Amino acid sequence: MLNRECGVFKATYQADMALYPVPLARYTVAAFAIFFVLVFPFVAGTKYLVWANFAGIAIVAAIGLNLLTGYAGQVSLGHAAFMATGAYTAAILVTRAHMPFLIGLVAGGLLAAVYGLIVGLPSARIKGFYLAIATLAAQFITEWLINHVKWISGGFQASILVPAVSLGPLRFDTEQKKYFLILAFVVLATIAGMNIARSRLGRAFVALRDRDVAAEIIGIDVVRYKLLAFTISAFYAGVAGALTVYYSGTANIEAFQINRSIEILAMIIIGGLGSTLGSIFGAAFVSVLPSLLEDVLGHFHGVLPVSDVGTFVAQLKLVVFGGLIMLFLMVEPEGLNRLWRNVKDYFRVWPFSY
Amino acid sequence: MDFFVTLLVRGVVLGCLYALIALGFVLVYKATGVLNFAVGEMAMFGGYLAAAFAVSYGLPLGLAIGLALLCMILFGVVLEQGVLRPMIGRPVIGMIMATLGLGIFLRGISPIIWGVGTKNLDLKLPDSPVFLGNVSIPPVDLVGVALTLALLVACAYFFQRTRYGIAMRAVSDDQQAAMAMGIKVSAIFAVAWALAGVAAIGGGLIWGNKIGVNQDLASLGLQTFPVVILGGLDSIPGTIIGGLVVGICANLAGGYLDPYVGGGLEYVAAYVLMMIVLLVRPYGLFGREIIEKV
Repeated sequence: MLNRECGVFKATYQADMALYPVPLARYTVAAFAIFFVLVFPFVAGTKYLVWANFAGIAIVAAIGLNLLTGYAGQVSLGHAAFMATGAYTAAILVTRAHMPFLIGLVAGGLLAAVYGLIVGLPSARIKGFYLAIATLAAQFITEWLINHVKWISGGFQASILVPAVSLGPLRFDTEQKKYFLILAFVVLATIAGMNIARSRLGRAFVALRDRDVAAEIIGIDVVRYKLLAFTISAFYAGVAGALTVYYSGTANIEAFQINRSIEILAMIIIGGLGSTLGSIFGAAFVSVLPSLLEDVLGHFHGVLPVSDVGTFVAQLKLVVFGGLIMLFLMVEPEGLNRLWRNVKDYFRVWPFSY
Repeated sequence: MDFFVTLLVRGVVLGCLYALIALGFVLVYKATGVLNFAVGEMAMFGGYLAAAFAVSYGLPLGLAIGLALLCMILFGVVLEQGVLRPMIGRPVIGMIMATLGLGIFLRGISPIIWGVGTKNLDLKLPDSPVFLGNVSIPPVDLVGVALTLALLVACAYFFQRTRYGIAMRAVSDDQQAAMAMGIKVSAIFAVAWALAGVAAIGGGLIWGNKIGVNQDLASLGLQTFPVVILGGLDSIPGTIIGGLVVGICANLAGGYLDPYVGGGLEYVAAYVLMMIVLLVRPYGLFGREIIEKV
């Protein structure tokens, strides 16, 4: 039952390519699935459900960005702009055209994908730092457009209010119901992400990342795959943006500024570049960390030698966040995913670790 | 016409002040190949240091600036040794995130050390504006322009005539060949980061005096990106030309188009211009083209 790798022999290529080649891995995944579907939402308090929902949305975005940055090696500092595209499309379709929310969500993803394709166009000519700055430009231009085109946002620093969405008789109005909605998309995003990564597409991305000139020589259409990476990644971001809107009930540019782009990048750095599991770890860690910090420091009211605890915590979050990014880059550039693998590797050969 | 001239002159001044910040990017990129996303935050940190020495500890202005300068040079060297040395040979994303992380860290830690409120950095300059024709310019801007030009001339001299400057150019050209010629590459990196610290103090003093020393100073880094990209990441004359183009363009766009589109165009116009230039010239106006070989 709990046999490890030494007891598993693969006789076919299908078996070798399986997502979870070892039975133990399948049991672990099943256990986590049961926990997050049947146990967690019914046991956890509202506070923890809110954390989980924020993390879920972040996971969708992070898996998308990891396909672009971790697998295909193209840096995007404009992911929040793609999220904003999806978010505003979703909000406008539901509030003004009275479409069902699923259509809004898919349309948001698709429009973001088209936008991603356009923003990705410079990648045909430029790369590295110059490309990063080009995506940064897209971020600022998008922020400005949304803020200043009345038709999109309803005015400068305005927000669009979106009522709770429903699917048939089911209305996603409580934290718990929203949890299941977001969970469904997290599962979809994860499965799709893992499968893209191990398919022809994913292998082409990896070849591009490692050396694009060499990839071209072995017959990979570099421009096409770079643009595909941007498109797919932006689709993920658009869906995440739409989920943000349906979850929080407002579409506001505040949620999609440059800080958000940096945050998602930090998630995949801390989680591990080029790994779907890493995106999940990183997204969960980075989105829960600030709330956790606030929670813990809340117990020290009056003990801390500062006058204004609220501001102090806000600043401390930045310090911890920035510090963590640097720490992971210096100490464990492959992120939390690597740490998890180290643990697994230790037990794989335990107790004969020599 | 008067309006146009006003915008133009203000644009030139603003461009020079942008170039002051841009210098911080270029000095480091030229020698070490790292694009420092934390330039704005370093300028902010420098401004905070100078303000703390001058106001909180009541030191005379010259001494305060000197001490802040020393601190920033030290900071640059420590940063290079501690954070960026392990990044050598890593993909671009690693360096971008390391410097972004540093920026976030500095933005968080500065108010914790020195308090949240805006600090006044008084450079003891006269208050009355200087008139150039009909255009009034605050004295601090003129000092900033002078400082920028002085730094640019100093940089040009440094890179053309001094031993270290020439060594730095050799390192930026080919690190291994430079090493083989007996140049100590790690020392050159340290010097480059120390110079970035100097540029940060310059930017922090001038901009800190202009808009007050607080966290907003950090956003200067992002505003300056179009300048360095336009000029080319590794070109020192590019900073001043890019700065002038961006400064003038931002002022003209802000002055003429803002009433129609509802404001804020100043910052975006620079980015739009940058995108157009990038599509035509992928390495900026004066950047060195990288030819890849397999």
